[in-house]
Amino acid sequence: MSDSVIASFDVNGRSREVLVKSYHTLLEILREDLGLTGTKHGCELGECGACTVLVDGLPQLSCLLLPHQVEGKEITTIEGLAGSGDELHPLQEAFVETGAVQCGYCTPSMLLTAKALLEENPSPGRQEIAEALSGNLCRCTGYEAITRAVELAATRMEA
Amino acid sequence: MRVVGKPLAKVDARAKVTGSTLYADDLIFPGTLFCKLLRSPHPYARIKHMDLNAAKAVEGVVAVITGNDLPVKYGILPISQDEHALESEKVRYVGDPVAAVAAVDEETAALAAEKIRVEYEVLDPVTSIEEALSEPVDEPIHDYGGPSNIHKMAALSFGNLEAGFAEADHIREDVFFYGGNTHLPMEEHSAIATYVDGKLTLWSSTQTPHYVHRAVSKVMGLPMSAIRVVATPHGGGFGGKTDPFSHEMAVCKLAMVTGKPVKCTLTREEVFYAHRGRHPVLMWVRTGMKRNGRITAMHFKTALDGGAYGSYGVATLFYTGALQTTTYDIPAYRFEGARVFTNKAPCGPKRGHGTPQPRFALELHLDKMAEDLGLDPVEVRRRNYVKPNTTTVNWLRITSCGLEEITDRVLQASSYVNRQRAVGHGMGFAVSSYLCGAGLPIYWNSLPHSECLIKLDRGGVTVYCGATDIGQGSDTVIATVVAEELGLWPSDIRLVTGDTGFAPVDLGSYSSRVTFMAGNAALDAARKLRNLIAEVAAESMGCSPGEIEVGDGKFGTLSFEEAAQLAQERFGAISTTGSYRPPDLAGPYKGSGVGPSPAYSYSAAVVDIDVDPETGIIKVNKVWLAHDIGRSINPVSVRGQVEGGVYMGLGEALMEEQAYRKALPKQPSMLDYKSLTSIDMPEVETILVETNDPEGPYGAKEVGQGPLLPVVPAVVSAVHDALGVWIDQVPVTPDKIMKALDAKTKGQAPRFGPKSFPDIAYPQYVKVDTPHVATQAI
Ligand code: FES
Ligand code: FES
Repeated sequence: MSDSVIASFDVNGRSREVLVKSYHTLLEILREDLGLTGTKHGCELGECGACTVLVDGLPQLSCLLLPHQVEGKEITTIEGLAGSGDELHPLQEAFVETGAVQCGYCTPSMLLTAKALLEENPSPGRQEIAEALSGNLCRCTGYEAITRAVELAATRMEA
Repeated sequence: MRVVGKPLAKVDARAKVTGSTLYADDLIFPGTLFCKLLRSPHPYARIKHMDLNAAKAVEGVVAVITGNDLPVKYGILPISQDEHALESEKVRYVGDPVAAVAAVDEETAALAAEKIRVEYEVLDPVTSIEEALSEPVDEPIHDYGGPSNIHKMAALSFGNLEAGFAEADHIREDVFFYGGNTHLPMEEHSAIATYVDGKLTLWSSTQTPHYVHRAVSKVMGLPMSAIRVVATPHGGGFGGKTDPFSHEMAVCKLAMVTGKPVKCTLTREEVFYAHRGRHPVLMWVRTGMKRNGRITAMHFKTALDGGAYGSYGVATLFYTGALQTTTYDIPAYRFEGARVFTNKAPCGPKRGHGTPQPRFALELHLDKMAEDLGLDPVEVRRRNYVKPNTTTVNWLRITSCGLEEITDRVLQASSYVNRQRAVGHGMGFAVSSYLCGAGLPIYWNSLPHSECLIKLDRGGVTVYCGATDIGQGSDTVIATVVAEELGLWPSDIRLVTGDTGFAPVDLGSYSSRVTFMAGNAALDAARKLRNLIAEVAAESMGCSPGEIEVGDGKFGTLSFEEAAQLAQERFGAISTTGSYRPPDLAGPYKGSGVGPSPAYSYSAAVVDIDVDPETGIIKVNKVWLAHDIGRSINPVSVRGQVEGGVYMGLGEALMEEQAYRKALPKQPSMLDYKSLTSIDMPEVETILVETNDPEGPYGAKEVGQGPLLPVVPAVVSAVHDALGVWIDQVPVTPDKIMKALDAKTKGQAPRFGPKSFPDIAYPQYVKVDTPHVATQAI
């Protein structure tokens, strides 16, 4: 077990300690050790953005992060976006309403990246939204409905 | 209509935004083993010897299998049963699977797979259409088809071609090439199988669980009744998950061998090898035209690079010649095509299946003819548009057709006619048409194409249908149809779809068939259930069933639950069934199985671009897309399909290409295989035209594939508008534009594209009598 380490960090507001291989990625730890399968993968090489989670509030590719890089950090996955209860986050609501979800495979990563954007810039323009999401590929929507959803959520959250 | 046509949320959207949807790779059962495939590093080689001992000796390895364990061939089409799950004699492309390992975890499986020793005798690979047409250096890739490496040829002639050309005032020939590209679904293919009590269950990210079920039965030697295939929620298909795949067969076999659940998820690199993407197609077209723009005759030839296996290729081949006639009334038409085998990843169906390539060629060819004759390219098209309720020269039945209206609307919205003319700025226009489901099944039979079962109990409605939601929203369509009939909300309906163990047959999510076919099956079943409930509700209210108003969760004055209970008291357990079978539409000739559809959708696009004459870099400013949808079941989903289709069309026009160096894939990664990001995507204006198709459910037609088609030629037409050069080959990368500009400067033909079409010994064409009565004067 010499290549095993204890990874400890917060996930969605709960502190976790997991015995993992030192070379396993945060993506693998979330999905396989913690059962948080809402985080997706499209390449595991840092190319597609599907595995995006928030690390201390910033979007990061979980397929490129090793346990020691997230030691003591706060991680938010899609399972932690809505908060408790049945209420959706305004971004989630907007994604549902505008048809920003087709196959839904890119959706968790888009939502988390958009959340980080709105925290930094509460009323982004279309170009700013496009730039923020440009590292997250989507093959279904042509990004149009996703951009509309982020705009809609921003307007509602501002109000 | 209470719910049909309303912009309601998709029934599965909430689960998807909360991350609770379980895709194939999210599934895991206690004791699951993990499978890795060993793939060929050579494009073409004979397998001399395999040594599995080192792999088997790795701690944690439970089983290793090879082609000897899976000797039965399969393939999606009955006439191309040419694949083994694992090859044991010969490999035909880089990535062809030869062995599979099951181990306690993925790392162990991968490590063991690397330890398998395979001795290959390398053969000379066939890498292009031209090479495939000439005498092979080594033996042909397959032991069927031929001569050389030709897989299949087609030659059909409708009407009097010679007379048509004789009548023409102007005749023109052009050659085009459409580069191959791939689906690039965000989700890598994944499958997990269990074998319990002699029953095999396979969960897979497939678009066609019914056909996978059939193939698994054949390869495993199990009766159909011992198999269940579940299409899991899908992370994108676009046609790339419509074949039965090696990894699906491998997990089934390994589950049977080990008695344990076995899972296999492809890496991104492997997804590029699995491919089944857009065929590269070389095309030649010759058209005769009157001075006024009326087409008198057309001769269309295609040559398809099929890659290493048959897949859907025979259908693809015929599709490259089938739908030219569903937009234009062509009085005499000849089609000749050939699909060849090469030592590259197998091609198959991608969004638009075999029709984007000829559509690209046809639209640009018409632009050029209009230019030759000094006519307006839009007018030339209008002069030849097919009319509603006609039959084409190749026996395709046209019913609803909104070509005129989509043309008017898209031109008006884009101000195309009064566009600003400036060097470097251009606009392009094109139209297209697509099927609402293939009129014939893959396996010839007279069974319904879609079946639906609705169960009513405890006040709830459950719909069972084989249709497979691949993100396009088919679950939402089915729920909406049933909810409309029963006075409920789509979100009230429970769905069991894409499950061959529980739901009756639907042929799958391909050929844009689901809204039309599964929608009609659901409508049939729902109407029967509505009648049953209305009957008892009327009895209790003392009126006739026809007087019962259904809606807002009520049957007359009764709540839905009350009415449902009364119905159950009266009839006992309640279920109704519905099915859909398209009318018999095939023409009286061999090869007529490809092309017929119960309806055709129509799309028109205008693309506005800036292109830098110094660099050849294109910026797309805006796309207008008008689509004849028949009727929108859900306008939000329809718009999403239009935008997604436009996006994918732009990718194919501008950058996407599955390219090879010799027979080695050049860019099997998402970074190197270029696709549009959010920054590259222009604004899309969607215009929906409702023509209310007489046979579609509530008048609906398809939208999943059609809107991609006109985008590609419209982009190329815009390049010509901007710079006066023709790029007769997609993707239109900057280097091609620069080469064409260079040729123009040097006084050569201002174009980039293939120079000639090879001499192919097509068989003698089948001369087909035409049903055709020209709808417009020639
Ligand atoms: S899985 Fe593609 S970037 Fe991480
Ligand atoms: S919704 Fe399918 S990849 Fe984005």
